Amino acid sequence: MAAGSGQHPAAIPFPSMLANAYRSAAANGRLAAIVLFLPPALLLFTLFVVMPVAEAGWYGVYNWNGFGKPTNWVGLDNYRFVFETRAFGIALRNNVLIIVVSLTIQLPLALSLAILLAEKFRGAVALRMLFFLPYVLAEVATGLIFSFVYDGDYGLVAAIWRFFGAEPPYLLASTQTSMLAILIVVVWKYFGFHMMLFIAALQGQDKNLVEAARIDGASRWQSLRHVTIPLLYPTIRLSVFFAVVGSLQLFDLVMPLTRGGPADSSQTLVSFLYSHGVMRMRIGYGSAIGVILFAICVTFAATYKRWFMRDD
Amino acid sequence: MTDAAAIARTRDPAALYRWLYLTFVAAFVALPLIATVLGGFKSLGELRTNPFGLPSHWEWENYAGILLSHRYWQMLWNSFAISTLTTGITVVIASMAAFVFAHLRFFGSRMLLNYFTMGLLFPAATAILPLFIKVRDLGLLDTYFGVVLPQVAFALAMSILLFRRFFRDLPSELLEAALVDGCSYPRFFRFVTLPLSRPILATVGTITFVHSWNAYLLPLVMLNSDAMYPWPLGIMVYQGEFTADWHLILAFITLTILPTFLLFVLAQKHIVAGLTAGAVKG
Repeated sequence: MAAGSGQHPAAIPFPSMLANAYRSAAANGRLAAIVLFLPPALLLFTLFVVMPVAEAGWYGVYNWNGFGKPTNWVGLDNYRFVFETRAFGIALRNNVLIIVVSLTIQLPLALSLAILLAEKFRGAVALRMLFFLPYVLAEVATGLIFSFVYDGDYGLVAAIWRFFGAEPPYLLASTQTSMLAILIVVVWKYFGFHMMLFIAALQGQDKNLVEAARIDGASRWQSLRHVTIPLLYPTIRLSVFFAVVGSLQLFDLVMPLTRGGPADSSQTLVSFLYSHGVMRMRIGYGSAIGVILFAICVTFAATYKRWFMRDD
Repeated sequence: MTDAAAIARTRDPAALYRWLYLTFVAAFVALPLIATVLGGFKSLGELRTNPFGLPSHWEWENYAGILLSHRYWQMLWNSFAISTLTTGITVVIASMAAFVFAHLRFFGSRMLLNYFTMGLLFPAATAILPLFIKVRDLGLLDTYFGVVLPQVAFALAMSILLFRRFFRDLPSELLEAALVDGCSYPRFFRFVTLPLSRPILATVGTITFVHSWNAYLLPLVMLNSDAMYPWPLGIMVYQGEFTADWHLILAFITLTILPTFLLFVLAQKHIVAGLTAGAVKG
């Protein structure tokens, strides 16, 4: 349609060229598609994602309880107060702890199970589904199930302790053990997701490589160590990425278990933001926490992608 | 699980270790779930003495009481309405935007796509307070849409990327032929792209629905009356009321995760593909 108008551009006066271009765009609906299809997504995304993030930066320099307009400008005081809050340090430490456990316990667990369950045997698919099930369940339900498991009077842990004749502990009520209890739930809930990532990757692998290694005399362990696992490196990097991002978002699980307590011992960054910012309606202070969280997320995503995922 | 007999026959220690390892992990995963379901059938006294075993007397009234209560159905309905609206709106507007990004190049199109991709970098929690102010100023507090619209907005980035990749992989001859025959882009989208995109529609729909169904933080901040609460909030309220009545709480938990469980069993393939493919291909 538009091809004819392009052949003798000099012969056609400029306005009619524009008109032609416009007509052809209108005829095949190019313009209509752009004008009709983009704005809804653009509007919602700008209104509820981009603007709130920008506004968090704005509110963060005010002392504001949310009523009227923010007028009480306090500069960077909110940020200073955040860094001076003891709970913030604990939350940061706990987030790091979650990442460490994800890397040292969850990742090996998921990887080893994936290698076992990627093979075909009776029950393999059923086990995969069982291990993936916790990931599908809501965090809140998981948290409640485990607050029962850990309950010192009625819980499963208490029953096991009593079986051995010991006084049952109240894991969630002690500042010493509350975070440990949450870490176990984190592994319980998320290892299946990482396992599925690995299984998907393993099933996409070229089986001939392992076979060739075996024919060349590599033991089962050697072919695993030097062929299968190196081929999984991109997936491992991805899995680490999700573990860190997940840790930075962890909230729903913490609320039913401990609400960040006792004495802030099990706060995560988001639960800290909720209990110290949202609950007390300290918009400025809470926004400052949000900005810090945002900075951590974006810095991490950008550096990780640049350093580790460049070739993927 | 491999047969114990088969292991004995092969006398392979590796197979034995494998079997032990898998059994141990399976028990670790399954025991809390089984204890929860069974706990709902016990009396409080029995729960204390026998938390693991089968109930000696099956207390059906724990479950019956909840199933006959108004609040249970009310909160499931709220969850269903919020998740369905979120999924429907996300799928429609994300697929439309992705179609433009997949097939049309125009000034700034690349930049706009990067603009949406920013949404992958941070969770909704970072902006939860300004989001609350915004929803309040729009007069949407304590309404379904106060939760739905932010959820849609935060689901857009991933959904657009998934749709765009799928649309681009469709044979380009289709579009060329359709344009030559005088079909417009919007009609092509409606009558060719969408019918060919069932798998990706199912994937994006599943991810969005599951996330919305399980969501806690956004409804917690945006809703403040019990009658509007979706089930993750409702169950927390219930637990607050019956703090130590674990048999009732366990029955309640079981009944609230039942829909998720059924959906998972019925649509395993879609859910696993959706939740992991979203990650791998994002």
